Amino acid sequence: MSKQRKAVALISGGLDSMLAAQTIKNQGIHVEGINFFTGFCVEGHTHAIRKRDQQKQKRNNALWVAEQLDMPLHIIDVVEEYKDVLINPKHGYGSNMNPCLDCKGFMVKKALEWMHENDFDFIITGEVIGQRPMSQRRDTMPVIARESGAMDRLLRPLCAQSLPETLPEREGWVDRSKLHKFSGRGRKPQIALAKAFGFDDYAQPAGGCCFLTDENYSKRLVDLWQARDSRDYELDDVMLLKIGRHIRPRPHFKMIVGREEGENNFLEGYRKQFATLRTLSCPGPLVLLDGKLDEDDWALAARIAARFSKDKNGVSVTMERSNLDGVKSTMHVTPIHSEEMAEEWHI
Amino acid sequence: MSQHQLDVRNLLCPMPVIRTQNHVKTLTVGETLEITATDPGVKADIPAWCRINGHSVLDISEQGRDITIRIEVGERNQSR
Repeated sequence: MSKQRKAVALISGGLDSMLAAQTIKNQGIHVEGINFFTGFCVEGHTHAIRKRDQQKQKRNNALWVAEQLDMPLHIIDVVEEYKDVLINPKHGYGSNMNPCLDCKGFMVKKALEWMHENDFDFIITGEVIGQRPMSQRRDTMPVIARESGAMDRLLRPLCAQSLPETLPEREGWVDRSKLHKFSGRGRKPQIALAKAFGFDDYAQPAGGCCFLTDENYSKRLVDLWQARDSRDYELDDVMLLKIGRHIRPRPHFKMIVGREEGENNFLEGYRKQFATLRTLSCPGPLVLLDGKLDEDDWALAARIAARFSKDKNGVSVTMERSNLDGVKSTMHVTPIHSEEMAEEWHI
Repeated sequence: MSQHQLDVRNLLCPMPVIRTQNHVKTLTVGETLEITATDPGVKADIPAWCRINGHSVLDISEQGRDITIRIEVGERNQSR
């Protein structure tokens, strides 16, 4: 009796990885999913935080895909290891701060480690030739296989017929004729295959599944690094970049301004790590202050914070100032006029 | 059977799921884990993770912003 072959599938939660996994499952291979959390994954965090969005149905798409395919899923925290991928990408960045080629190589390498630790035979991904300008090109696919160390144990079921044979195909573990040769950015073949598999609900995130492909998010990350004079970060940093208004009125300090109650509640969790401002005389935002502020800076920050309060057109707004050491005091300020708010302060 | 507790308040998904997954690996079949979270996403994600991995959700309750989910470790619990 032949050995039951096992594949680990990189599952992003999108349609392509779902189709790739199902294609291989249909060939009698035991497939388990693996999903990596880098800290930059788009997981509806904004919806989870903002009060007005809390009634919207939320789901983790990778978990949802695993459930649809009736396969185990292993979610791996790679936040620490991922820093080197983002900070020192060998192949550079895409149009924003997205190190897509290095990222894919890193994930396949991590999947390879998992494959060896768990006695699996090969790795599958939902990659399609020509679908992504950086990581999913005919010339970069061998780079990923080589640099990850996966070599011919990396099978891309959706475009395998357009690529050299891999070990699972040569050994007859999978039937190459039942794999696919999708290419390009069009989605019609994937949608047709989804229909053939009976999938009528699947995630198709327009901006991909990573915040690093987002222009505004990337600007905030670059600003963070410039202000600290260090290309480093912690998970809290990258989470906070997703939340609130970010305003840098002076090079040495930044304000994170909650936009509504849900964001204010989330920012409350960071009160002990930041100096803060909040309004006392009227409803207004909670503001985190990142940097070292002198008295002039506090006055400016308070006027800006008051600008986002309910009494933004008033003469005097009472603010509670809380220093990093927890010492609190009261300030009375006139909200800054919108014309005094320089455009470049907004990150 | 022992009942264990896990506090994942102020963490956003999928961190509560990852912490739950890693904690459950240390438990044995039949033990229960009480998870306290604040991200509403856990109400969908932890039950989905349990269904995929053969664990049971015993109950879900909410008090203020805190969401408490009690799960029982199933027979498919694996060390990996």
